[in-house]
Amino acid sequence: MVLHAPVAPTGRLDRLRWTLTDGVTLVWRNLVQLKNQPGELVGALVFPAVMVVLFGYVFGSAIKVPGGGNYREYLMPGLFAMTSITSFMTTMLAVATDASKGVMDRFRSMPMARSAVPFGQVGGDILVGALGMVIMVGCGLAVGWRIHDGLPKALAAFGLLILLRYAISWAGVLCGLVVKNEETADQMVPLVFPVSMLSNSFVPTAGMPAWLRVIADWNPVSAAVAACRGLFGNPGAPAGDVALPLRHPVAATLLWSGVLLVIFVPLSVRRFRTLNR
Amino acid sequence: MTSSEPAIWAEGLRKRFGPTEAVRGVDLEVPEGGVFGLLGPNGAGKTTTVRILSTLTLPDAGRARVAGYDVVRDADQVRYRIGLAGQHASMDEKLSGRDNLRLFGRLYHLPPRVARRRADELLERFGLAGAGDRLVKTYSGGMRRRIDLISSLITAPPVLFLDEPTTGLDPRSRGEIWDTIRELVADGVTVLLTTQYLDEADRLADRVAVVDRGQVIASGTPDELKAEIGSRIDVVVSAADAFADATAVLSRIGEPDTDPESRRVSVPVSAGSVTLPAVVRELDRAGVEVEDVTLRRPTLDEVFLRLTGRAEETAEKVSA
Repeated sequence: MVLHAPVAPTGRLDRLRWTLTDGVTLVWRNLVQLKNQPGELVGALVFPAVMVVLFGYVFGSAIKVPGGGNYREYLMPGLFAMTSITSFMTTMLAVATDASKGVMDRFRSMPMARSAVPFGQVGGDILVGALGMVIMVGCGLAVGWRIHDGLPKALAAFGLLILLRYAISWAGVLCGLVVKNEETADQMVPLVFPVSMLSNSFVPTAGMPAWLRVIADWNPVSAAVAACRGLFGNPGAPAGDVALPLRHPVAATLLWSGVLLVIFVPLSVRRFRTLNR
Repeated sequence: MTSSEPAIWAEGLRKRFGPTEAVRGVDLEVPEGGVFGLLGPNGAGKTTTVRILSTLTLPDAGRARVAGYDVVRDADQVRYRIGLAGQHASMDEKLSGRDNLRLFGRLYHLPPRVARRRADELLERFGLAGAGDRLVKTYSGGMRRRIDLISSLITAPPVLFLDEPTTGLDPRSRGEIWDTIRELVADGVTVLLTTQYLDEADRLADRVAVVDRGQVIASGTPDELKAEIGSRIDVVVSAADAFADATAVLSRIGEPDTDPESRRVSVPVSAGSVTLPAVVRELDRAGVEVEDVTLRRPTLDEVFLRLTGRAEETAEKVSA
């Protein structure tokens, strides 16, 4: 049973190639996991459709869009953003499960690139997220949501959503590594709902009490939703005297994502490297 | 690795977690080949020692070399040459056994084709080919430990760390793990095995280090350790009323352990101090009718209890 293991790389370029192939391997792992858990996949894909019906028709029947317009057209950017930030809980759960089951320890006992594990995790999440987004778009089109300002702007909107998702995933990685326990992570899942609801996703913030409105207006989710409404040409785009991030929603979304990445990428990689050390 | 260098060498390893010092100056020298048993109760520092040697944890002080490389400075080189199977089966439960092995092979940077072939080969060799395509979460406890053990063999590493590989397993599954370990040793692998089970160390290990409260308190071959605390004389009396007399006679030799239920009195004797016929004569003179008298080597359990003096914590873990 003699097998010649490859030798550890020495050059910088070799290391980079390692990191990339390790990342790709871990994305493959995430996809195989999904294939093996069709229930989870169906759940992840049906959830957005349920939200469209629930908000679009149940709540939507009682909500008036500021400046007029179809509520379901107003709603869809909010739901896109909401599904984007659910990546926080999916990555946190996956990472916490790996940490509690000892899978992380095996990875760390291997000569793999240290940063490949978190990168692979968020990379896999992006692919799943993109698939969910496609389903969501289909639902949206079915209930009357439209892209009004052309494809380039729409693609820019989807790009922003994916960027935000990616940035928030990294926060999930860090939390997963910190809680290191599947059950605890499970209990934190509902926290994602107030974060997504406390925004302009489903209702205009104008009707909220002043202090709550400040929180909602400065919520990164609100910036992303406002940016998408603008880029898709959907109703409810902020106008007049609004909070700073909503006056420049695209820039604000980019900035928020950048800030999240600058904070959470180094912290997560560092945390992974020194886990239990 | 040069032939003169031990497979595992450690000097003065220390590690503190908050207020508790888990490892307080561990020295180890494990020669190439065979099984080295690290024996100790829960919390003795076995796992922390293994985590330091397998590059998962940085020592606060001390040095260690594994397969010829420093575990801190050349961690990646060490990682290519070791396999680690933990106390908690560290597999991805949402993947099949085969996919787990392929995943680990890819992370060792084997080309995809080689990783796939290696996974098939290992499953075949260790009798898990049939279960290879089932998800790991459907495996029984014993199968999980076996696939976990097999995952540590992907690169055929010269040094294996097995951290309590049989804790919590039924006797049959333990036997299967033991067989696998013996097979690996026959291939020339060096195995560092931690265990709370004394019979496991007795059966598998060529050398044993007893760890207690973060320090190695004794080491040697199982036989050497047994010899160190001498032999024991066991007396089983035929009637319950002779039990007290027998205990009185044996008290003159040493401090007897008594077990009234099986009417057995056991006393440690240092080598050459007492002969069996002398004991029998003494018993005869006291009018004690005996059913059985034996002079025997102590079990590792007895060695262990003697060394650690922590009978209360180990008694329940001593396995049949």
